[in-house]
Amino acid sequence: MAYLELKNIYKNYGLGNTTTEVLSNINLSIEEGEFVAIVGFTGSGKTTLVNLINGLITPTSGQVLFKGKEVKGTSHERGVIFQNYSLLPWLTVSQNIFMAVKEAFPKETKTVLNDIVAMYVEMVGLTPAINKRPKELSGGMRQRVAVARALAMKPEMIVMDEPLGALDALTRGNLQDEILNIWEKDKRTALLITNDVDEGIYMADRIIPLRPDPKATLGPEFKIDLERPRDKTALNDNINFKNTRNAIIEYLMDIGNERKVEAQEQILLPEIAPKSFVGYF
Amino acid sequence: MAQNIVLKENKKKLILFKPIEIIFKSKLSKNKLLLSFKKTGVTLVSILLFLMLWHFGSQALYNKEASYKINKALTEQGKVAADAERACIYSGKNSCQPNTLPSPLQVWTSLQLLIADHYVIKADKKVFEEQMFATNKALIAKGKNKITYTGRPSFIDIVLTSIKTVFAGFLLALLIAVPIGIIIGLSPFLKSAFNWFIQIFKPVSPVVWYLLVFMIVKTLYIGNNSDNAFVISFISVGLCAMWATLVNTAMGVASVDKDYINVAKVLKLGTFQKVFKIIIPSSLPLIFTGLRITLSVAWMVLIAIELLAQSPGLGLFVWEEFQNGANDSNSKIIVAMFVIGIIGFLLDRFMLSIQQMVSFNKNEGI
Repeated sequence: MAYLELKNIYKNYGLGNTTTEVLSNINLSIEEGEFVAIVGFTGSGKTTLVNLINGLITPTSGQVLFKGKEVKGTSHERGVIFQNYSLLPWLTVSQNIFMAVKEAFPKETKTVLNDIVAMYVEMVGLTPAINKRPKELSGGMRQRVAVARALAMKPEMIVMDEPLGALDALTRGNLQDEILNIWEKDKRTALLITNDVDEGIYMADRIIPLRPDPKATLGPEFKIDLERPRDKTALNDNINFKNTRNAIIEYLMDIGNERKVEAQEQILLPEIAPKSFVGYF
Repeated sequence: MAQNIVLKENKKKLILFKPIEIIFKSKLSKNKLLLSFKKTGVTLVSILLFLMLWHFGSQALYNKEASYKINKALTEQGKVAADAERACIYSGKNSCQPNTLPSPLQVWTSLQLLIADHYVIKADKKVFEEQMFATNKALIAKGKNKITYTGRPSFIDIVLTSIKTVFAGFLLALLIAVPIGIIIGLSPFLKSAFNWFIQIFKPVSPVVWYLLVFMIVKTLYIGNNSDNAFVISFISVGLCAMWATLVNTAMGVASVDKDYINVAKVLKLGTFQKVFKIIIPSSLPLIFTGLRITLSVAWMVLIAIELLAQSPGLGLFVWEEFQNGANDSNSKIIVAMFVIGIIGFLLDRFMLSIQQMVSFNKNEGI
């Protein structure tokens, strides 16, 4: 039995005539300890998919099963790293994490909780900034706090919604490595949503493209047989990496071209011209 | 850790020495200094211009009023009376001064008189208390109320009464408006239940609020001989000024960023926790914007309400001086006007600094 399973998921937004089908016939299963990436264009319904898995929204039809049980509402078992960090600006780094830890382990004493906070802050390398507020941190540091907050709750599965999307390329690379290191330590199940094919290949065991909406659905999956730990610079010369990358990009490009063709369909306009007022007055 | 502390100390030192460096060293900062001198200079020049305009304006009004008085005496009583009137006016006697806009100098003199008067009254009070000390002690021993000084209040007492009233009113507004605003903001259902109430009572004038509060408090105070002017005025001020806070709080609570709500959901915070740890902190900036408006509105309506309630504050002072019509009444009114303006400005600055302390940019966590 799969660890996380999505069965025939459909998700509509709006009512009546204005209904738009965002997700259509989504089927996905993730095994325990697996690192899966879903790649797609911006605006293809990725965040909707993540929110379904988190339990923030419910599907119009179909089932989300987590360890065989239907997902109803959010749970501490599934940690979330949001696309836009979502730190609380009036709390410091440690307070932000403490709040999450306290909810996850309500029975622990304050000193234990503080130790957990300190441990995870150190893990993401933010100990010097522990008492700073989000506004004093750079984008990369904020995302590290968000990572620490999600991991400190010791979830069984981590769902990442374009966690590095807003970062520059260098910070992005560093954080990818850090997330991978943490993941490899205790091999939690992970789902990464991204718009960067390279990121997906570098980090995941499997990549599944998401065909864009309306009616977004999952495409064929691509297995990535690269040994871990992966070396980013060596990857560029790896023939296997190149082939997978080209295959995925080709697939996505084809979708993109299909979309363009659709958009180029000509619309016939009625032949009308402005009324001539010459000699009218 | 030790290294960090040392670093911090160094930083402090640098900040301390910065002004001196600015003056002596950098060229750019010299320009900055010049700019700040210029800015202060412009302010001073504009104040000077204002005083000049005021001075010459009041002189023109004085002359008009004086010539009217002399002409009136001439047409009604003849030349002798007119000459006597003119002599009287130009001799500077108090009894026949034209009653018009006072000059800056007169206002300044009045201010000094009012302050001197304060010390006179303070001394009187002290003497009174010393004289009544033994009697009061005996009265208290018998379980009766002691005799208090009931002479007229000094200008400083009046200002303090006004400030006390405005703070009591502000506190009342805060205690009513913030909780109700939060409740209304949380529930769209209650919002529609309360909305008509807010929309109808928000535009009601301070005078009408005073009358309403008067009707109620008067009846409640039956059989109670103590003075209810203070109670009436602070309740009226509070009710009149609370609407901005109420509406802003409700709006702030209702429009909490969806990301924060998602965080609350993912962390599985309980309702209580969600309200106190996410919703209220994130709406604090808007709540304080509302409170700032409330405080300035409270100070503004206070004058009218004190006047009506006969509460011994600045409002009553201004009105009584106007009714008094004494030689220096007009300049006392202008003194009160400036005091009202300056205190209002200080209160606003005070609230602004608190507001800036609790504010955060909406995008800071994102």
